[in-house]
Amino acid sequence: MAEKVIMLGNEAIARGAYEAGVKVSSAYPGTPSTEISEYLVQYKDDVYEEWAPNEKVATEVAVGASLVGTRAMACMKHVGLNVAADPLYSVSYMGVNGGLVIVVADDPGLYSSQNEQDTRMVARAAQIPVIEPSDSAEAKEFFKTAFELSEQFDRPFIFRITTRLAHSQGLVELCERVTPEDKPYEKNIPKNVMMPGNAKMRHIEIEKRNLELAEAADSLPINRVEMKDTKIGVITSGIPYQYVKEALPEASVLKLGMVNPLPRKLIEDFASKVDTLYIVEELDPVIEEQVKSWGIKAVGKEIFTVQGEYSVNMLKKAILKQELDLKEPAKAPGRPPILCPGCPHRSVFYVLNKLKMHAAGDIGCYTLGAVAPLSVIDTTMCMGSSISTLHGMEKAKGKDYIKNWVAVIGDSTFMHTGVNSLMNMVYNNATGTVIIMDNSTTGMTGHQDHAATGKTLQGDPAYAINIQAVCRAMGVKNVIEVNALDIAQVEKIIKEETAKDEISVIITKTPCVLLDKRKKPIYTAYTDKCKKCGMCMKPGCPAMTKNPDGTIHIDDTMCTGCGLCKDLCKFDAIELVKEGE
Amino acid sequence: MAVKNIMIVGVGGQGTLLTSRVLGGLAIAGGYDVKLSEVHGMAQRGGSVVTFVRYGDKVAEPIIEEGQADVIIAFERLEALRYAHFLEKDGVLIVNDWRIDPMPVVIGAAQYPENILEELEKEYKVYKVDATQESKKLGNPRVFNLIVLGIAAQHMDFTKEQWYEVIEKTVPPKTIEINKKAFDVGYGITQ
Repeated sequence: MAEKVIMLGNEAIARGAYEAGVKVSSAYPGTPSTEISEYLVQYKDDVYEEWAPNEKVATEVAVGASLVGTRAMACMKHVGLNVAADPLYSVSYMGVNGGLVIVVADDPGLYSSQNEQDTRMVARAAQIPVIEPSDSAEAKEFFKTAFELSEQFDRPFIFRITTRLAHSQGLVELCERVTPEDKPYEKNIPKNVMMPGNAKMRHIEIEKRNLELAEAADSLPINRVEMKDTKIGVITSGIPYQYVKEALPEASVLKLGMVNPLPRKLIEDFASKVDTLYIVEELDPVIEEQVKSWGIKAVGKEIFTVQGEYSVNMLKKAILKQELDLKEPAKAPGRPPILCPGCPHRSVFYVLNKLKMHAAGDIGCYTLGAVAPLSVIDTTMCMGSSISTLHGMEKAKGKDYIKNWVAVIGDSTFMHTGVNSLMNMVYNNATGTVIIMDNSTTGMTGHQDHAATGKTLQGDPAYAINIQAVCRAMGVKNVIEVNALDIAQVEKIIKEETAKDEISVIITKTPCVLLDKRKKPIYTAYTDKCKKCGMCMKPGCPAMTKNPDGTIHIDDTMCTGCGLCKDLCKFDAIELVKEGE
Repeated sequence: MAVKNIMIVGVGGQGTLLTSRVLGGLAIAGGYDVKLSEVHGMAQRGGSVVTFVRYGDKVAEPIIEEGQADVIIAFERLEALRYAHFLEKDGVLIVNDWRIDPMPVVIGAAQYPENILEELEKEYKVYKVDATQESKKLGNPRVFNLIVLGIAAQHMDFTKEQWYEVIEKTVPPKTIEINKKAFDVGYGITQ
């Protein structure tokens, strides 16, 4: 028997890519999709994988590899697909040469995202077929199926997963890698050059292809009927299938592995055999609305939510009307995520808070600058948006209005899409101040390299794009680099630069505290010297708490020795007690 | 075997992912079907994190429902309180007697509840250990989670040798001995 191993959903997809004979993968990190690329690296002798600066670039790289006849993929989170929407909608018209699969990870329940959008809606709009697995084993096997169907029907595919699939582990049977011959490249201008005359013809062609695929879907093995008791029938897919199996073990189930296009005949046949048909899908009623539009009676979002994740208990309550004897959760104060002890963002936010500045924020760990007690960030929307929203404010209200505003953005996010926003500021005579919080990594997703770190995903040295030089080359005259932990300098520079009637870029450059694995120094607070003034508590370091008498305690298991509290103490009550390595 | 449900709860950064890898390895060594569900990304930054581990003959859903956990392993008191209602009526709660103030408490917007363990003991079977202090005695406060696991091991379905084997395979090579010692400390706590 083949070897069985336990794998994270994302790891299983990487394995599926290897077994499918994928040659090229490009991605931008984004929870919950990041680990796919990281697990791919172990196959680097056979599969080329890279971090691209953003998802649009990643998708286009994969399209290029597909065009010349190899199997290729791109990975991203749901909001990343918005960035990649431009190539997505047009490669849909072009089709593929080598198989092309875009993995997109949705986040029902918003564990690590700014919205809860449903990729199946985007896929329908772009007329892209979608395959969805329900555990790690299926993730690996269906991924291979996606490539076969992609080549058979000349369609790019979306492989849709959710956080629960991506970050759950399950048993997987390993198989050998297949190495399909590269498809020959043939110059085909009508198919691959999307100018109006060609695209018009391609639109007709892909409508035809999608109809063929929809017909084939009726007999695809990944769409399967599990006929049991016919009182209750459920159409479901993905992770909710697992909840259905545990909540309704006796019900008949139509489990869809391909959720776009839908197998109409199979669904009509299944619906005719059951008394009550339920459609169980997290997020939007994508399957439900289509099924109902065919005149089939079904129960869906009348009793199920469009928000968050589903569960077995939820289905038992909604479908079986069971009263569950459950204990109330205890009243416990919340524990929202926070910046780590020693985080170089904290000191910058402390200064911004002290100066009563407003900040247009961006996507990354520094979004947590919105959390009390720092509460500096005024707005966060999407990757790269901080710089452009600040610019819009200036154009609406004038340059004096934004003297107490800055844009804050991380190094990886600046490379992603911040750079074009800065270009816009320069071009359109802006005067705002941009702080690039450069911690030398993509922090929030767990430390991935990017174009300015000097290392590739495969671990090879690379030219580290110099962010200062990029800003200067675009025409920013005031580019100042400062140690993020030097609060006196940071304060002085922010005051000077925001006062100018010119664009400034301040780069607060200190590596993420988690990057350096050496033992850190530790500080302690002496209660006899502490005057209980509370100054050291202002930056909101999680390693610091107040004793019952109001003096300060520093947790020696959490302190990383950044020294911010010591710098703020006017009474020398905080001292270094242990040197770092 | 009916599915066994184990939860690991704690504060992001306390090593819940390592612990779940150990439990996953054990379930495989025991020849069971197994599913685990973890938290990655933003919530990990000092937030409340929960890992679900389910093993048995056949496991479908990867999460544990309220009222169904056989064992909850809590790396911090407040997190024990937050998730205790997931226990089934005969379930056991193993708590690291340690306090990490969440930011609302640090800034005075909320109170850290008093007498958490006493309150929990009224309703649940509770095992407590100050694993953070115990692990400092061993010379590395990071291994506290193996002490807590040592207690949990007494309520699970694996031999001590199976635990050792998986620990050896899972933790960084340099820390195998100290992690095994930490496990022994917990395994010796029977109350």
